[in-house]
Amino acid sequence: MLQRLAQEFRITVLDILHEKGTGHWGGAASAAELFVALYFDVMNIRPEEPKWPDRDRLVVSKGHASCMLYTVLAHRGYFPIEELKSFRQIDSRLQGHPCMLKTPGVEMSTGALGHGASVALGMALAARLLGKNYWTYVLLGDGDLNEGQTWEAIMAAAKFKTERLVALIDYNKVQLDGPSDQIMPMDPLPEKLRAFNWNVAPVVYDGHNAVAVLESFDWVRNQRQWPVAVIYRTHKGRGVSFMEDNAHWHGAPIDDETYAKARQELLQTLETLS
Amino acid sequence: MSAPTVAMRDAFGEALLALAPDFPAMVVLDADVSTSTRTAAFGKRHPNRFFNVGVAEANMVDIAAGMATCGLRPVVSTFALFLTLKGADQVRNIVCYNKLPVILAGHYAGLSDSYDGASHQSILDIAIMRAMPNLTVVVPADGIELLQALTAALRHDGPTYIRICRNPTPVLFAGESPLEIGKIRKLNDGNDLTIAVCGVPTSMAIEAADRLAQRGVSVDLLEVSTIKPIDAESLVLSARKTGRVLTVEEHTIHGGLGSAIAEVLSQRAPARMGMIGIEDKFTESGAYDALLRKYGICVERIESEALRLLTPER
Repeated sequence: MLQRLAQEFRITVLDILHEKGTGHWGGAASAAELFVALYFDVMNIRPEEPKWPDRDRLVVSKGHASCMLYTVLAHRGYFPIEELKSFRQIDSRLQGHPCMLKTPGVEMSTGALGHGASVALGMALAARLLGKNYWTYVLLGDGDLNEGQTWEAIMAAAKFKTERLVALIDYNKVQLDGPSDQIMPMDPLPEKLRAFNWNVAPVVYDGHNAVAVLESFDWVRNQRQWPVAVIYRTHKGRGVSFMEDNAHWHGAPIDDETYAKARQELLQTLETLS
Repeated sequence: MSAPTVAMRDAFGEALLALAPDFPAMVVLDADVSTSTRTAAFGKRHPNRFFNVGVAEANMVDIAAGMATCGLRPVVSTFALFLTLKGADQVRNIVCYNKLPVILAGHYAGLSDSYDGASHQSILDIAIMRAMPNLTVVVPADGIELLQALTAALRHDGPTYIRICRNPTPVLFAGESPLEIGKIRKLNDGNDLTIAVCGVPTSMAIEAADRLAQRGVSVDLLEVSTIKPIDAESLVLSARKTGRVLTVEEHTIHGGLGSAIAEVLSQRAPARMGMIGIEDKFTESGAYDALLRKYGICVERIESEALRLLTPER
């Protein structure tokens, strides 16, 4: 069911990006299964009460995945699905990059990369002080991992041994300008995080297999060593063969012909998921 | 006779301890300068409410922002130069964009980190912070105003930047009415010339106004502790009365107090203006007093600039 939902949302996102002629396909498609697992299974949330103090929190540090985030939030009941049509348009609550003051369910305004891990650390430390048991997740992309501030946060989170802080790494290994191995290599990523005293999941999960993603959260729930990081091998632009792993589709407008081909491919895959 | 002096940073450290019981949600973050900023005492007394994040200003500001979303009232404390430059993206995109009640305490401001030299001297923090929407910018003139600014900031539902001097400076406002955010404090009522000042040079402006009075010049002396939102009404009223406005600040004249006042007056009450502050240049190491004097922030310069403004324009 989650697998199918993620694919449906990919189609919704493609529709919106094509119609508006603006937005980021690559990073949105890459994180579909992760978003769906979090909002439809993992997180303890109340869409009807977005500011419920005990809710679990997700900080979407890779804010350019906004269209997928909005699609998931709308379908989870945070705001009317109809509103997705206003994506990136004047007077809309759905800004190009997420804005917590405008969009119900958005925990933190992001877009400039590198902020999410620090903010999530602050939220997790607040839970400790306030005696709360909520979980704080931060979704990091390749670009985020380039930012020095992310590593400042990684150091500090280990120092404070911040409980229930979980970094989810959408490791598609393509960034705006090209393959990360050419632009800014991050490997060996698990070893780096372990060297910074993080508890890193022993396997890299398939971030496009909903069952594997749910398994990863089973692993997370059983951890007692903090903080925790999970790396998901993903593909930028996942779901459309000619867009996958292709930096061009990080944020290029989608023309009519490309759109038709891409949508057909997404639909074909959807039909195989029941 | 010299007035008693207190270093604002000492007043800050004491204020944190004094306010801790009344503001249980207050937490303090520092970036490896807690002995300098005097937050160390708070950390010792309230270890669970104190976070030393190491030399990582950007991270510190965003951690505070995350905490603020959960109901805590973080006070972020480090040198003003590093806070406002290394943390500028975080202050803008996270703290201010989201109107989060984070208090940004910028220490060693102006030339007060005098011996450390240009790399540490914060003479553009007001310009940067003042450009941030939603941010209140306060420049206390003594330790008493600092405590009052901090208290007001803890009650304010939004972010506040507070500029803090390192060195002992004269206590000016003991027993006076408290600092009010957004309000100018009138120190002398006069008709010939307005002097608008903020921060450490306030005591110099008071002395200059006395000297000018002896020359028969009556100064409308305004202490502008809130740079943003600026008290435009008081400025306009004063400028309409005197027609001549001299601004004095321990900051570059490009973007600071003088610029803020010029923005108001040029549109609502154009006046003949002079600006005392640091020119568009890098400063240097030296004794604090000597530095202030070398870069034009002293009683004599205020007096001579005032007299220049009072001579008819050619």
